[in-house]
Amino acid sequence: MKLNRRKFIKRALITVASVEAFFLLKGSVNKINTSSGTAELFNAGKATAFENNKLYPFLTGQFFLKRFEDGGFLAMSIKCTHLGCIVNTNSKTGGFNCPCHASQFDKYGEVVSAPATRPLDYFPITIEKGELLIDTKKPIKRSSFDKSQLTYA
Amino acid sequence: MKETKTVSSIEKFILHLHPYKIDSRATKFNRTFGLGGVCALLFIILSITGLLLRFSYIPTVEHAYDSILGLKNNTIFGQFIRNLHHLSGKLMVVVSFLHLLRVYFSQSIFHKRSENWIYGLLMMFLVIASSFTGYLLPWDQLAYWAVTVITQIFEYIPFIGHSLAYAIRGSETVDGNTLLNFYTLHTGIIPLLFIVLMVMHFWLVRKAGGIALPKKEEQDFVDIVPNLVSKEIMVACIVIAGLFLTAAFYDAPLLDQANPLKSPNPSKAPWYFLGAQELLLHLHPFFGAVVIPFATGIFFLGLPFYKYDKINIGVWFNSPLGKKMTIQSSLIAFVFTFILIYLFEHFLHFDLWLASWPSVISTGLIPFLFYIVPVAIYLLFWNKKHKANRTELIMACTSIILSSYICMLLISLLFRGEGMLMIF
Ligand code: HEM
Ligand code: FES
Repeated sequence: MKLNRRKFIKRALITVASVEAFFLLKGSVNKINTSSGTAELFNAGKATAFENNKLYPFLTGQFFLKRFEDGGFLAMSIKCTHLGCIVNTNSKTGGFNCPCHASQFDKYGEVVSAPATRPLDYFPITIEKGELLIDTKKPIKRSSFDKSQLTYA
Repeated sequence: MKETKTVSSIEKFILHLHPYKIDSRATKFNRTFGLGGVCALLFIILSITGLLLRFSYIPTVEHAYDSILGLKNNTIFGQFIRNLHHLSGKLMVVVSFLHLLRVYFSQSIFHKRSENWIYGLLMMFLVIASSFTGYLLPWDQLAYWAVTVITQIFEYIPFIGHSLAYAIRGSETVDGNTLLNFYTLHTGIIPLLFIVLMVMHFWLVRKAGGIALPKKEEQDFVDIVPNLVSKEIMVACIVIAGLFLTAAFYDAPLLDQANPLKSPNPSKAPWYFLGAQELLLHLHPFFGAVVIPFATGIFFLGLPFYKYDKINIGVWFNSPLGKKMTIQSSLIAFVFTFILIYLFEHFLHFDLWLASWPSVISTGLIPFLFYIVPVAIYLLFWNKKHKANRTELIMACTSIILSSYICMLLISLLFRGEGMLMIF
């Protein structure tokens, strides 16, 4: 099939119109972000209130706050990385189990047993005036645990 | 005289759907099993019951669940109408799937009918989309987690996955935006699309000269009224009676109100997606959510257009060999899939044995090859030993894909309990 000028112009116009239509449609079904513009951080309280080597669940903030032996903090998402169910704490291993498809995670959030393929996401922590502020809007994906993910008081 | 006038205008309307006279073979029940007609009937029942449900339902996170309870307790026949809608929706998925099997295996999708196959697949997609969007509306635990799990599967598609899932949910997680999206799709956009596509679908059936029949020298034509219409009415009556009777005794399920902080154990996808969920338990998401679904989709869209050796339009399974191959390959694929899943569940732990390899290979490519290689050898055997031609081989491929899916679906539905572990 040969492309002459007429056909070329016609197709170019159709392409431009479809791209335009796509963005119009996309824009018109978009929803307004209902959360207020300024990023609100979740305040978990004084850093000194948390004991080493203990796990504190914050269900309303959708994270588990873990303080390790060396005092480092890690805020892990409660959502399984497989298909988004809420994981439960496993008091025997100190890790987490997913009720949906039996994924298991250790205390660092790393996968012990499939089908999940990556560790639990974690949230950035900042410390201001001794209080832990967790940015629960920004889950960070990771492929394994390392020390740089910890925050120290 | 008024009486005869109304009757004749109904007759005239019927003649807009059917021609005056048709080949007598087209009126035989086992030509179509009335499946397309039953789909159309179910669409009408769903529209009516759905419109009634809309009078009570409130599409917000706060009120959705309560409005269903209110429907159950305060509306006369509320529960009955909900049951009817629920059952017809389920039946629609099953019947459109059977209709798809009927048109494919009776070789009714080639040449001028190929366009209608594409419209048909689009409608199959819409049937599933309606069912899935409707699933969320009661806002109970079943609905919430099934939709969470499915939209999360989309996230595994490379590059566009997240924006696609976000567009469907209207948000990062399943919430009020999702409910509003699904409500609009379920009660507005999808039914409208259905009407457009159904009109095209019926028109194309007539344009192709009626339903597909094998070639024959002498044709025997009969009047449409009463020969075909009486049968259609009879099938419709049986379906309606069956649905009403079942809806009187079987209640559509409703669990506790959705709780985004607690996943039930196990959390299963809607039943027709369970095959896909089962696949995802065994295969790396790159294969389970991307390669296999897309390859299968393209394979089905292309079915009328491959280069075939010999097409026998309207002949079931193309030939006696085709029939033998279809039946045998379906059975073998079913058993093979079952055994393979059992082995992967209990004995073959490549994710542990090859822990140092990238998981795309250890839990993706390797299990995929475990399935594909025996299937390829099996098809080659038919080709070499029995001189099966291309048409028959492609038909066997289709049977194998469908039968494996059904096998996975049943395993997930019946044999998986807590933690999605196999119960034996
Ligand atoms: C809402 C769903 C659907 C409705 C209401 C519908 C309705 C019908 C009806 C009434 C017929 C006439 C013959 C018969 O009853 O079998 C027909 C034929 C046909 N349908 Fe459908 N159908 C639907 C979905 C599908 C699907 C999912 C496919 C396949 C992908 C499909 C493909 C076809 C084809 C190829 C024909 C022509 C068959 C022939 O010429 O023998 N349809 N449909
Ligand atoms: S969602 Fe956790 S294992 Fe599937």
